[in-house]
Amino acid sequence: MGYVAVKGGAKAIEASIERLTYERLKQRRSLDVEDVAGGLRLLIDQVMSEGSLYDREVAALAVKQAEGSPEEAVFLLRAYRSTLPRKYYSRTIESETMRAERRISATFKDIPGGQLLGASHDYTHRILDPALLEEDHRSAGEWLDRWVDRAKGTGAVSTNGHYYLPKVLDYLRRQGLMEAVPKDDSPPKDITKEPLTFPSSRSERLQILTRGQTGAVTALGYASLRGYGPLLHPTVAELRVGHVAILVNPPQNSDAESEADAYYVGEIQITEVESVVPVTVSAGQNRSEISFELGYGVCFGRNETKAVAMSLLDQCLERPDAGYPTHDEEFVLLHIDSVEASGFISHLKLPHYVTFQSELDSARASRDGVDPGAPT
Amino acid sequence: VKKLYNFAFLDEGSKREIRRATLKAIAIPGYQVPFASREMPIARGWGTGGLQLTLSLVGRSDTLKVIDQGADESVNAVNIKKLVGATTGVSVTEETAEATLIQSRHRIPEVSLRKDQIVVLQVPNPEPLRFVEPQEAVTKRLHAEKDYSGAFLILFEQIVRHGRVAHGADHPVMVHDRYVMAPSPIPRFDNPKLDSSEALILLGAGREKKIYAVPPYTRVVSLDFEDRPFEVEDMSGRRCRICGAADVYFDELVDDETGETYFCCNDTSFCAAHRAASSVVPVPGRDR
Repeated sequence: MGYVAVKGGAKAIEASIERLTYERLKQRRSLDVEDVAGGLRLLIDQVMSEGSLYDREVAALAVKQAEGSPEEAVFLLRAYRSTLPRKYYSRTIESETMRAERRISATFKDIPGGQLLGASHDYTHRILDPALLEEDHRSAGEWLDRWVDRAKGTGAVSTNGHYYLPKVLDYLRRQGLMEAVPKDDSPPKDITKEPLTFPSSRSERLQILTRGQTGAVTALGYASLRGYGPLLHPTVAELRVGHVAILVNPPQNSDAESEADAYYVGEIQITEVESVVPVTVSAGQNRSEISFELGYGVCFGRNETKAVAMSLLDQCLERPDAGYPTHDEEFVLLHIDSVEASGFISHLKLPHYVTFQSELDSARASRDGVDPGAPT
Repeated sequence: VKKLYNFAFLDEGSKREIRRATLKAIAIPGYQVPFASREMPIARGWGTGGLQLTLSLVGRSDTLKVIDQGADESVNAVNIKKLVGATTGVSVTEETAEATLIQSRHRIPEVSLRKDQIVVLQVPNPEPLRFVEPQEAVTKRLHAEKDYSGAFLILFEQIVRHGRVAHGADHPVMVHDRYVMAPSPIPRFDNPKLDSSEALILLGAGREKKIYAVPPYTRVVSLDFEDRPFEVEDMSGRRCRICGAADVYFDELVDDETGETYFCCNDTSFCAAHRAASSVVPVPGRDR
């Protein structure tokens, strides 16, 4: 009678958990966490981003334990995160200070500071490479040595990235083509410590989007592009991947502003996207003109599709429109979280004996034409 | 990473925040208090709201009981019991009377509860008006204005379509003449147990990030119409094959050999106690 047998359920569950370990180890191979961290870089990035916790070692452990399932690994990270006291908020990061490893623009061919392709799958052919079947630690090391030698020789290849690149959007701003937005310095709400209420603030929306499930954010961003939105073609003004420094103010001087007063706690790699969307604005006297609005996307690690899709959804949600689900903040924000979506879907596998019995009672009564609600 | 987890898993700051939301919920019976629900080591939809309530309340002297759809040994109950046990070391029990803290998925125990006990119910969908209104911002206003025409409209439409109220479990209730509340998917059979309960009843929805409460001795009335009174599931004429009990909520089972339908108490700890106390001899060969 299934898995709610009156007795013995606990034993069956123990055995099931053991079986899971067996499945992980049955090839008699154990995956080294360092190999996970080194070789599954983009999976680690995705898991840290959706898990909302930046720690490559912990994420690699989660990926190993989850046998590579992103939803399970994210789940592990989020649960671990719930046990950590949160003591500080970092200072605002100005992303011009990013040590950029990649930086491209789709708006202008020539941008101040130049286009920097960095590392990307974008320019590869997706053809399986059988040579990787033979690759081992030694051949990997040899390739690396050759590449570094060449880099030293030319001076053109940097492994460190570039500092302080100006923002592409500043050009459009100076020309008055960007929609003017009043500066908003109100402190962001922390969605992990305060409940989300509607209508939401932009800080809340950005937090939920950045930790959204990659597939869900991509799908909804795609939908907005394809026609579940007012069919405007956004353009990526700038996409950057690089490292930014995290600075924390000393507790006794939490309002300090000078560089010297802050503690440097480390750096994180992020992907940042600023896209522009053309909008029609009224210019008075029945005239209208075209202007540009900003959509902002950012996430931990390298995940460009997600960051671009996030920038589209950010702009969508800035312009609520009941006609399109992608412009409905409750529809978007409440359904893109990996832990929430996968959790609630998976709960359908739990026993529903009580509730189904109750439904059955209603179903049978309605079929019998019996009307227990009628006065007797 | 290698360090052990905190007592009761969550950090103290989180627990305090959950308790504050709980106190507010008790002060406003039936009102859904939003809280910043934490991610838990069990899945959303598997009782994370209830679990957070339990972990924020549990102390070293507590005795815990966990039920999943009536059973102490079902997957969800085992999961939660193991986690709370491993992170707190509190004693667990299957005896309803021994427990100080009872977390339950979709049942209220058959035996009556006492004022020194707290029941924590797991809630998938805390919003009783969600069927008529998908938007949270709107349902919040409807509650504020005590506009419950939608809740009655759902019942009315069911009567028009099916000739009867067709809510299975989770039949909405009016709490102390003020808030309409989703009692969580307990069967209608358990709704009357909410009314003037001696035990404090807390309801936690982790995914939907809400906590609400039915404090002791609160009036709880299941929604109905004067000419269509509320009715619980029809359990008449059924007896438990194991313990012989009647007038309890039953699981419906099929005999592997004969193919005939038979019934067992859904509340397994009640069943075991009733069987021990009564002289009923189970049908030979069909003892489960």
